Parts: sequence; C-alpha cells; structure tokens
Amino acid sequence: MTPPLLSLSALTKAYPGVVANDSVSLEISAGQVHALLGENGAGKSTLVKMIYGLVKPDTGTMQMNGAPFTPSEPRAARAAGVGMVFQHFSLFDAMTVAENIALGMEHAPKLSALSAQITKVSEAYGLPLSPDRIVGDLSAGERQRVEIIRCLLQEPKLLIMDEPTSVLTPQEVGILFKTLRKLSAEGTAILYISHKLEEIRTLCDHATILRLGKVVGECTPRDTTAREMAEMMVGKLLQTPTRAGQTAGDTVLTLTNLTAPAPNAFGMALKDISLELRSGEILGIGGVAGNGQDELLAALSGERPVARGMISYKGTDIGPHGPTLRRKAGLLAAPEERMGHAAAPDMSLTENAMLTGAARMGLDKSGFLDWPAARTFAEAVIAKFDVRTPSAASAARSLSGGNLQKFVIGREVMQAPEVFVVNQPTWGVDASAAADIRQALLDLAKNGAALIVISQDLDELMEISDRFAALNEGRLTPPRPAQGITVEEIGLMMGGAHDMEVAHV
Amino acid sequence: MIALVKRPEASRAFSLAAPLLAVLATMVFGGLLFMALGKDPFEAITTIFWEPLFGEFAFFYRPQLLIKGAPLVLIAIGLSLGFKAGIWNIGAEGQYIMGALFGAGVGLAFYPIESAFIFPLMVIAGAFGGWIWAMIPAILRVKFGTNEILVSLMLVYVAEQFLASMSLGLLKNPEGFGFPGSRNLQQYASTHNADLIAGSGMHWGVVAAFIAVIFAYVLLARHRLGFAIRVTGDAPRAAAFSGVNPARLVLFCLGMSGLLAGLAGMFEVSGPAGQVTIDFNVGYGFTAIIVAFLGRLHPVGILFAGGLMALTYIGGDIAQSKMGLPAAAIQVFQGMLLFFLLAFDLFTNYRLKFGRTETA
Amino acid sequence: MDLSAINPILFIAGFFVAATPLIFAAIGELVVERTGVLNLGVEGMMIIGAICGFATAVETGSPLLGFAAAAVGGAALSLLFAFLTQVMLANQVASGLALTLFGLGFSALLGQSYVGIKPPRMGDVNFGPLADIPVLGPILLSHDIIVYFGLALVVAVWAVLKYTRIGLTLRAVGENHDAAHALGFKVKRIRTLAIMFGGACAGMGGAYISLIRVPQWTEGMTAGIGWIALALVVFASWRPLRVLAGAYLFGGLVQLQLNLQGAGVAIPVEYLAMSPYVITIIVLVFLSRSRSAAPGSLGRIFHASS
Repeated sequence: MTPPLLSLSALTKAYPGVVANDSVSLEISAGQVHALLGENGAGKSTLVKMIYGLVKPDTGTMQMNGAPFTPSEPRAARAAGVGMVFQHFSLFDAMTVAENIALGMEHAPKLSALSAQITKVSEAYGLPLSPDRIVGDLSAGERQRVEIIRCLLQEPKLLIMDEPTSVLTPQEVGILFKTLRKLSAEGTAILYISHKLEEIRTLCDHATILRLGKVVGECTPRDTTAREMAEMMVGKLLQTPTRAGQTAGDTVLTLTNLTAPAPNAFGMALKDISLELRSGEILGIGGVAGNGQDELLAALSGERPVARGMISYKGTDIGPHGPTLRRKAGLLAAPEERMGHAAAPDMSLTENAMLTGAARMGLDKSGFLDWPAARTFAEAVIAKFDVRTPSAASAARSLSGGNLQKFVIGREVMQAPEVFVVNQPTWGVDASAAADIRQALLDLAKNGAALIVISQDLDELMEISDRFAALNEGRLTPPRPAQGITVEEIGLMMGGAHDMEVAHV
Repeated sequence: MIALVKRPEASRAFSLAAPLLAVLATMVFGGLLFMALGKDPFEAITTIFWEPLFGEFAFFYRPQLLIKGAPLVLIAIGLSLGFKAGIWNIGAEGQYIMGALFGAGVGLAFYPIESAFIFPLMVIAGAFGGWIWAMIPAILRVKFGTNEILVSLMLVYVAEQFLASMSLGLLKNPEGFGFPGSRNLQQYASTHNADLIAGSGMHWGVVAAFIAVIFAYVLLARHRLGFAIRVTGDAPRAAAFSGVNPARLVLFCLGMSGLLAGLAGMFEVSGPAGQVTIDFNVGYGFTAIIVAFLGRLHPVGILFAGGLMALTYIGGDIAQSKMGLPAAAIQVFQGMLLFFLLAFDLFTNYRLKFGRTETA
Repeated sequence: MDLSAINPILFIAGFFVAATPLIFAAIGELVVERTGVLNLGVEGMMIIGAICGFATAVETGSPLLGFAAAAVGGAALSLLFAFLTQVMLANQVASGLALTLFGLGFSALLGQSYVGIKPPRMGDVNFGPLADIPVLGPILLSHDIIVYFGLALVVAVWAVLKYTRIGLTLRAVGENHDAAHALGFKVKRIRTLAIMFGGACAGMGGAYISLIRVPQWTEGMTAGIGWIALALVVFASWRPLRVLAGAYLFGGLVQLQLNLQGAGVAIPVEYLAMSPYVITIIVLVFLSRSRSAAPGSLGRIFHASS
C-alpha cells in the first residue's frame, strides 16, 4: 500500500494559556478532498499553519509521501508541493495581478511570460482573470481567484483552502467547487477548512472534526447528517434564538436616494439607496464583502455625514449630523471591526464605555467626564452580556474577539436605541456567543426598536430578519420579506457571479 | 532564542521604569563618550547631575533650573497634546521665535511709555504669534491634507530668517550703535518679565509652565477634549466613530502647542534673554521634543523631564567651563537619552520570552 | 541691481551642483519609504555624512575616499534607526526625530577640529573635446564625478524598482507587510537593508555639501536640506524619475535665489533666504491632494505575531 500524501501524527502546539492543538493526527491521500471542520478557536488555523511552515509544532511529526516533512518556512512548504489560499488574502492592492502572482513564486518567469501562463491556467480551470488589472479594483471573488491561480501555477500536490466561501456569492461558490473537483480528479489533494456543514457535505470526501484543539471525530460527510456533524463540532446543544414575530410599527428611519462618494481609492461609493425602516422590525442586509457595507454603516452612524434630505429619523433631517447628535436622538450603530473601530484597543473597558455612551448615558457633564458613572455603565454591560474579563479596568485588546464583540454590542443595546445599525454582529465569534448576540438583537426588536443588521452570513440573516435586501456595488436592492426566499433569489440579489456565467451546482 | 511577545495590556510598571532606565543607560553610555573624549566619566556625570543641585554654587544654579526648565516644560506640554493624538508639530522652535517677536514687538511699540497694561498685552501677543505660526501647518493639513511635520519644520527656517530680519531691521535698537539686536527689555520696566522674588528665577514663564501642567492634566484626565485626544492617538477610526471631529482636533492640538511655544518665547525674550537677537533661539523647541517623550507625554512626567533636561543644560555648561567638555557632547548626551527611552519603551507593551520560538 | 551679472550658462550649470545633495538624500529616502518605513532622520544622516566625508577627505587628501566614508557614516547612523524601529518596534516619527537631533549633536562633536579648514578639491570629469560643445558642454559636461553618479543612481533605482525581482519584493513589503510576511519574505531584514541604503545615500548627499558645494565644515550646515529631501519624495509621488525633476526644479530655485542675492536685488537677503522653504511648503500643498500614491504600510510598525 502506498503511504498517504500527508500524514500528521500527534501534533501538539501550545501557546501561553491555551493548547491550540493537542495530539492531532490525520491522513490525506492524493486526490482527496478532506474537510477540517471546527468552530472558531478549535485549532484549525494553527494546524494548517504548521503544515504551511508558519508555525513549528511543539511535538509530533509530519510525513509527506512517507518521508519526514518539517517545513521551516512557507517557502519550504511550497517547494514540497503545499499551496495555501488564505481566508484573509495576502494580496498587494496597488499591484497588478501578475505582479502579485510573481511574488508568490520561487522562480517567477518574466512578467510577459507569466501573464501568458496566468491566462492559460485561468482558462483551464474556469477562473477568468486578467493579469494586468490592479488587485485593489477586484471583487472579493476575483481576489480569491488570484490566490488560487498563484497556488495552481506551482502545481501543488496539496491545496489548503481556509474558509474560501465566506466572501463569495452562492453562484461563485458553485464555480469554485467545479474548479476544486477538477483539481481533485487530476490527483491534487485539497484540505478544506470550514464550519459550513452543507458545503462540506456537497464537496468533501472525508472530514476531520476538531474541538478545543483535539480531534473529536471523523466521518464521511455524504453519509452523515449536518446535525450529527454540528453536534460533534459544538459538543453541546445550542439555544436557538426565538423569532419575535411582531408586526412592525411606525416608520422611524427613511433613506431617500442616499448617495455618498467612496471614502478612498479602494472604497465603494453609495448609490441611490432608499428604504423605510419601521419600529420593531429587523432588516437584514446581505452582500459580498466590499460592496458598500462599511460605507453604509458610516453614513448611518454619522461617522461620515451625508447631504441634507437623505436621512430622515423620526421626521428630522439628520443627514449632516455627526455621531454625537445621532446618538442623543437614539440612533446607535456598531461597526464590523471591533478592534480599532468599535473599540480603542489600548483603552480600558470603562473608557470604551465612555466612547459611545457619553452622549446618551449622561456621562458628559458640559465637557467634563463622569468616570465613576462610566465605570458603573461598563460593569453593567459586562454583567448583563456575560463579558469574560477581570474587571472594567482591563484593556479592550486583552479580551478575546467574542468577548469584546459582546461588550461592543452590549454597550449599544444597553443604551436602549430606537434604531440600531450593526455590521457583522457575530463575525469571528464562537457559536454560543453568537447565539447570545442574536438573541439580544431579537429582544431589542421585540421591545420596539428598529434594526438594520448587515451581515455576510446568510444563515444568520435568514434566522433573524423580517425583511431582506442586498448590497451590490454600492446599491441596495428593494427589501423583500425574508419568509420563503430561496438561495437562488438571494444570490441574484447579491449580484450573481461577477463577470462569469452562472454555473449550475 | 529570545522572542518578543505582546503583553495583553500595557505594563504600568514599565511605563514608569522606562524613563529611569533610559536615564541610567544614558549615564553609562554618556560616561563612555566622555571617557572617549579624554575626560573622567565620573567627574563629568557628577558635574552634570550633582553640581547644579548640591554643589558649592548651587545657590546660583538652582534658579537657573527654573529659568531653563520653564520654556522646556511649557513647549513640551503643548507638543505632548498633539503627539498623543498622532499630530506631529515639530516646528515649536519657529513658534517660539514668532512668540518672542510678536511679544517684543508689541512691547517695543509702546516705548518709552510706562503702563501696567503693556506686559499683559505682550503676553497675549506672544501667545498669538506662536498660535498663528502653528495655524499655518494646521490649516494646510485640514484643508489640503498637507503633512504637518514637514510644513511646521520648514517654518522654523522661515522664522529664523524673520528673526534675523527683525533684529537687523524693524526691531533694531536705534541707540544700539549699529549692533544688531533690539532694545533691552530688561531695562524697560513695563516690559520686563522680572523674577517675582528677586534672585529666585521664578518669573512669569515659570508660573505659566506650572499652570500649563495643571491645565493639561485636567484636560487629559477629565475633559471630553482630552479624551478625544487620547482616543485619536490609540485608534483614529474609533475616535471618528465616537464623534470626534479630526479636523477640529488638529486645529486645537497644533494651535495649543503653538500658543504655549509662543508664550515660552515671549517670556524668554522679555526675561532671561532680554532682547531680540539673531541667535535668540537656542533649540528649546527641539529639546522640548525629547522632554515630551521622556515625560511619557504625561503632564507630571513632563514636569520632571523638563527639570532633568534643564539640569543637563546647566550641568553641561559647568562641565564645559570646568572640564572643557565640548558643548556638542551635551547635545549628543540629550539625543542618547531619547534613543534609550524609545528603545526601553518596547517593554511597556511587549515582554521577552526566552526559550524555543516560532519561525517568524 | 544688475541682473546682467548673472551668467546664464554658469547659472544653469549651477542647478546640478545645487540639486545633487537633494538627489542623493531623496532617492535614498524614496527606497526606504517604498519598503514602508518613514525615516525622518535624513537631516541627521546627512550632517553625519557631511562631517565623516569632510574629515576623511582632509585626512587622506582624497575626496572620493571622503564620499565612501560619508556613505559608511550615514549607513552606520541609520542602523541606530533600524535597531529602534525594526527590533525595538519604536515609533518611526519619534525615532527619526531622535536620529536628527543626535546626528546634529554628534556631527558637531566630531567636527570641532575641522572648522575653518579647506577640503581637497575634487576635479571635474574630463570629457575631452565634448566639453567644448558650446552651451551644452559647460552646462552638462563640466561637473565632478559625483554629479553623474547621482544621476546614474536615480536611473538605477528606477530600473531596479520597476524591472527586477528585488524591486518587486521591496514594493511588496512596503505595500502590505503582513501579506509579504505570509509569503515568507523577511520583512525586517529587507527593511533594515533599505534603511542602510537610505543612510548611505543621505551621507553622500551631506558630503557633497561639505566637500563640493560650500566647501567647508560648519555646524548644522545641512540647514534643512534633509527635510526638503523628505518633501521631495512626497512631491515625486514616490517615483524615482520625478525625484530628479523635482531636485532640478528646486536646485534651480536655490540657484536663482543665490544669484539674486549676488546681483543685489532690492529684496532683503533674509526674504530670499527663506524662499526655498516657503516654496517647499507651497509645492507640498499643491501635491498633497494625491496621497494615495503612498506605500500602503508607510510608517506602520510590523511585528510578526504568529
């Protein structure tokens, strides 16, 4: 019997205070599509970083084709035939596609020859891409293609894909899967990291499930139900949010042809966005990343005020108002990026509570700040939202992502907003914290607030939205009731596949 | 192998220890430098740090400490506000000159009238001169996005030329027998920034410096504007999200630092210096940058750092006359201090981890 | 006032001399900034180069050795900056300022015994009969070797950045250091080398001032040229050939100002002397609208956390 392409035995990697991988073993054979399944923090990233030479295991061994495999750096891993497509692309915005690809190759040919190769490979695998375009101008799906082609040009024996579909429309996912199946048929092994169960059932031959750094199970996804896999992955029963099912009240927020220029060269302009939001309802806004989500949130929060007549809140024209005035009036927001945008990393939770709570919670007394009151407020948020932290004096950056997100959402929710706009409320948050956050949003709506939830997680939007709309190239589709909407319809609202025919999955 | 690991939170202990360690390291390496220059390192270090405070002529040098320290503290307080928010005014030297020129100009315009209103007017004019000079980079940055570092620095050279032109032209003493330089403000009672207690070194500039320290402390600890400054320095996007107007913050921080530098220049020209001359400025505006960092951009820290830096100036002068230590050696000594401080600052946010490491 | 005292040919030839220190300092800083590092210590490295070059030239009698020593001196000082920013992760703005303050003091210390001395002269390159071509000969072909070396350096930097793998790597590190690290590039090593290159260039630019343009040693003689070089990099939108254009434009202005002073124009000397700085500010204002040309990681601290 031939040895497997890659076998890992008893890999262990510990960081201060946490064992990221605890005696993890698995085998991948040539041509296999192998899923690595687990929640955030289960140790998936650490495991693939070891395979890719970014991290060295503390103990344990790796073998490739029966020979010891100890990559000391990514270069060595690539030379051994391992390619990796990162979740957050390691691309250079100001450079062309060809230059980006050349940077990832050991012995890159001249740019003209390389461009020809890129065109050839992209056609062979159904991934159209022009080598001369500037990467900063590409859509998320196209940027992923750059990464994939960069790997394919090295003719890898093993291709690692880290959460590849989180930035794609359903149609683009279909195209990606076709490419991956073709590669697998040609003998390339694929290590596919995801927490999306249906995807894994569609694509993968074999799955290894990680929880808290340990292998907790293996299965053949086609023969296993999503529910069974979810239970292995999570290890406990989750509390599913309860839908409020309320009828909507009066209109509180009206956007009329909201238009705003792009904030920078790689940003997105908002074009003619109109909608009406009523109290007690949740409007879910989907869309592929980079289609105006950040910009829409900034326009609504007041971080980038807009012209008169575009935003009306309870009959007042608040377009030119800044964040402080809007907060006082009851319009609150929470941006996607917790660290550095929603919260100041080096400041304490008390100071971060002051950050957005000053105006509405009366912490600002004619310019002078009431720190004891801010501390009380921060402690209330910590208690109510189960934020795990030694005290309110801890720096925001010392909190885990999920805990900080609970604090950031809690900080706004506890100010009793009348309109709450949130972008990616559960991004990078573990499943139980995500469930808590969704429940908090639903409770807010039940109590009469109007919510706009912007998210790239369609399952989440389907779970909590009353109405659904999608952002595409800075435009918003007309909202429609979320009940009974199909994945195909959502995909078309999100703009279908960028620049390519729609494949049939 | 040794690796750097980011601390989950900044270490308060190290934040206090870093300046002290920097001073110690500077003494060691400064001593080596003095040794290389053929001087006895121990004598040099004690001359610089001990003599002015507790030496035979300490009664003479202690007031000097206030005189040299006041402008440094005054300027550094202003700079620290901007530095905290990532707004880099490095042209305080120019603002200092302009404050002196405006202040002296207003005072001399009244010559020889004696009135109690003249000195307050000079204070206002000096503050205005520094403020307006700093508003040039501020407005250019807000309106056009021009880099304030380069503009404020270019304006130092422009201000120096103004100073030359003024001391040779408009402000030149008509009874000065053709020598460059203005009338001596010390000899014109209404404009003289005299010691409040004779011989103490305690002039109005020293009072202003203490007020500035208290003002900055309250601003940063308790006021919305100070909070805006701190948030902007930590996370500009979070500041914008919270409602801070970055343009207004730039105008405030640059304006404030210009105003304080202008005041320092005005108090200097009407007090210790006495007159406008071509070589009136002696680099306080640049040394104050060191003071601001050495004081960890904290008002109380700046007070101590200003005192320490004044000490090196005075001690350096003594070492120069007593031991023949070159003036430039003191400048190097001060530069070293900033180097070591920046280096040791690492350990406020990172700690060393010994043992096996990742491949980076 | 007598404008006819200005010889147009000598006037234009003077552009090259006035521009050369700027070209060296700016092209070095350009490479540094293209790797994402902002080194505000140019002025300090220049003045250290000025004294190292001057002292070496005086001691050895060879201006060329002087330039070599200036490059070494500038690079050595820049290593301090590299240590602070790359190893100790210090703020780049503060470290650059520290470098300038330290350089000014240290150069004064080194130069104490060299005040008032004349350095050995550097001869012009002999272009033979070509130098006798009217107008063009005296303007273009009557300079020392360093002027031509500076020109060649700019062209070389341009070609390397545009056409070679090294250039691609440099730009990648400056554009997105996290991505470059993920691809396995040694970000800190590349940046340190670039910083040293910048230091060597600044040092040679400084030596050109003390050995050829002035030529003598006085404290603080770089008089802000290092800062103007920083402005020039912004002016050039981080493109090498535009550095050349900017430096000649600026050299021309300085030359004009000096000639006007010489010709006794009715403007006070001080106002003429401040004009280069004022013009730099004005140019900066006009160019600051197109900031997007700046390298993506400029001034940001890199620390691999994986």
